[in-house]
Amino acid sequence: MFTDFFFLLRFYGVPVTVTEWLALMRALALGLAPASLDQFYAVARSILVKSETYFDQYDQAFAAMFKGIETPPQIEDEVWEWLANPLDMPGLTDEERRLLAAALEDVDLEALERLFRERLAEQDEAHHGGNHWVGTGGTSAFGHSGFHPGGIRVGGESRNRSAVKMAGERRYRGYRTDQEVGVRQFELALRRLRQLSSRHEGVPDELDLDETIEETAGNAGRLSLVWRKSRKNAVKVLLLMDVGGSMHPYIRLCSQLFSAVNRSSHFKDLRFYYFHNCVYDCLYLSTSCLMSNAVSTRRVLQELPSDYKLIIVGDAAMAPSELLSRDGVIWRGFGNDEPGIEWLRRLRRHFGHSVWLNTIPEPDWDHAYGSVTIRKVREVFPMFELTVDGLTAATKKLMVRY
Amino acid sequence: MSQSSTYTGTSDYIAAPDLMQTVNVAVQLSRPLLIKGEPGTGKTMLAQSIARGLDMPLIVWNVKSTTKAQDGLYLYDTVQRLYDGQFGDRDVSDIAQYIKPGKLGEAFKSEERVVLLIDEIDKADLEFPNDLLWELDQMEFGIPETHETVKAVHRPIVLITSNAEKELPDAFLRRCVFHYIEFPDEEMMERIVRVHVPQLDKRLLDLAIQAFYWLRDVPGLQKKPSTSELIDWVQALARGGGDPKEIAARLPFMGVLLKKDHDVDVVQRALSSGRRR
Repeated sequence: MFTDFFFLLRFYGVPVTVTEWLALMRALALGLAPASLDQFYAVARSILVKSETYFDQYDQAFAAMFKGIETPPQIEDEVWEWLANPLDMPGLTDEERRLLAAALEDVDLEALERLFRERLAEQDEAHHGGNHWVGTGGTSAFGHSGFHPGGIRVGGESRNRSAVKMAGERRYRGYRTDQEVGVRQFELALRRLRQLSSRHEGVPDELDLDETIEETAGNAGRLSLVWRKSRKNAVKVLLLMDVGGSMHPYIRLCSQLFSAVNRSSHFKDLRFYYFHNCVYDCLYLSTSCLMSNAVSTRRVLQELPSDYKLIIVGDAAMAPSELLSRDGVIWRGFGNDEPGIEWLRRLRRHFGHSVWLNTIPEPDWDHAYGSVTIRKVREVFPMFELTVDGLTAATKKLMVRY
Repeated sequence: MSQSSTYTGTSDYIAAPDLMQTVNVAVQLSRPLLIKGEPGTGKTMLAQSIARGLDMPLIVWNVKSTTKAQDGLYLYDTVQRLYDGQFGDRDVSDIAQYIKPGKLGEAFKSEERVVLLIDEIDKADLEFPNDLLWELDQMEFGIPETHETVKAVHRPIVLITSNAEKELPDAFLRRCVFHYIEFPDEEMMERIVRVHVPQLDKRLLDLAIQAFYWLRDVPGLQKKPSTSELIDWVQALARGGGDPKEIAARLPFMGVLLKKDHDVDVVQRALSSGRRR
């Protein structure tokens, strides 16, 4: 019944449910994947996996489950073809052909065919219970090495690549959503961020003309007003990006990402500012972090009302003194009267919807360099990793206050 | 109800073998088939091909962002009834004359088995797929205004396409059979283009396909060109004439392939910096 496969799929992260599994069993009972492992691969995937983001995990589970089983894809067709014209086997020399013809005189092909059909029918029922398919390890007259004049050659070089091999190749790695956002997942991340512009915000203050007409008509002509929320995008975003050394690969990606979102869903306002490792009294207007091109953080806090959604992108990894001490700022000659953490707390208090996106993957937060400061920052901001899944969770969080 | 015919593709649509198999699985299991893929990979054309291949009529429900599940079942034209009541020249007590079936209702009422395509289901509200669950499962719905129940005469074959703009609800996904149309490789692409543009110089086609796949790999594109854009482009190239060698170097008629200014800039930069095959 392959129930091991079910649990293996869940182990690798594919969200399979029992209902879907039963549907697969029904499909097998109906004979929808009769002859080959490749067909089973496709049929099972179409019934069990409902998003291409899980195709890679499916491949991993499939390879683990059916590792080592190699079967030719279309056994039945090959056999019927051969039985129809046994002397036409490709790759035989004339001498071999002569030998084959002589041997075949003693063999009743019809009986052989009947036997093969029976064997196939048996196998159809039996394969529900076990892990073996037609083709692995021949049974009596049905093997595949050289040729047996009295038997049927099954197997050999398959024309298509087998499902197990293809599963091992892991062609769907790029569709996964739980790995770092790279250029390939750019579009996907873009779509997730578009959720930030939702129509569920705001009070119903626009007259819904169609609904009003409907209600009025349904009300025998007496006027009945219906209101709806306006569709204008009311979302305003403040994006603070860490431009410390380790962040270089991500800066361009993030600014492109958010600008692209802005262009497509037109936030009411989108602001970019930069900081170095931690936020202190100033925020820089460009990635070069020059004092001449900076604005005071206090001014930003005064200027922007608290309904801005604050997204901070950074690795939160720094020497503890940078975060927790006065004058902890990394550059000589600059001082800060208040420790960085105070500024972070101030930002969090002001902006009710705020999240921190971390470029370091979540499993490493506890022991990578900077784990001390990461933990401290997590006490202030909800932290998510910079993957498509992390962006999805962060977006959801941003729509809910605190 | 067993289905004697199986889908094996049609002359105008090149279907991969696993797609054909998935269609047949969905039909045999009586479950809706959910098809996802990049825009422009032929999802709607697949529905037409399936209807033709199985010799059934095709009913298309184009979902918009304002579509509600109710629209697919039936529409009660209250405004017309109000007018008729106020101006008094028709008998308004028979509500049935103001009930118009939606696309799903049409599919249920049809005397022969149909293929119902629900196109771009992710355009609608998040709740839309969930609202349809019961009706898709039971293949019936009720009309309270006339106390009638519409039951499917034959269970329609339901095809649903999604561009993955929004996440579809889990309860909905559970009931579907899923297929993801991958972007075709170069060999498949050649066959697809040939179906649409049969009289085409082979050299032109090869160069165009090469340039197309190079273009798709240019980093930083916001909207990669898709199959339908390639077909349009090849037709433009064939009609426009010009030196085939220019195709890779200059990408003439770029506006057919790239629809965003930003993308055009990126590609111009890539072309001039000499990164071309």
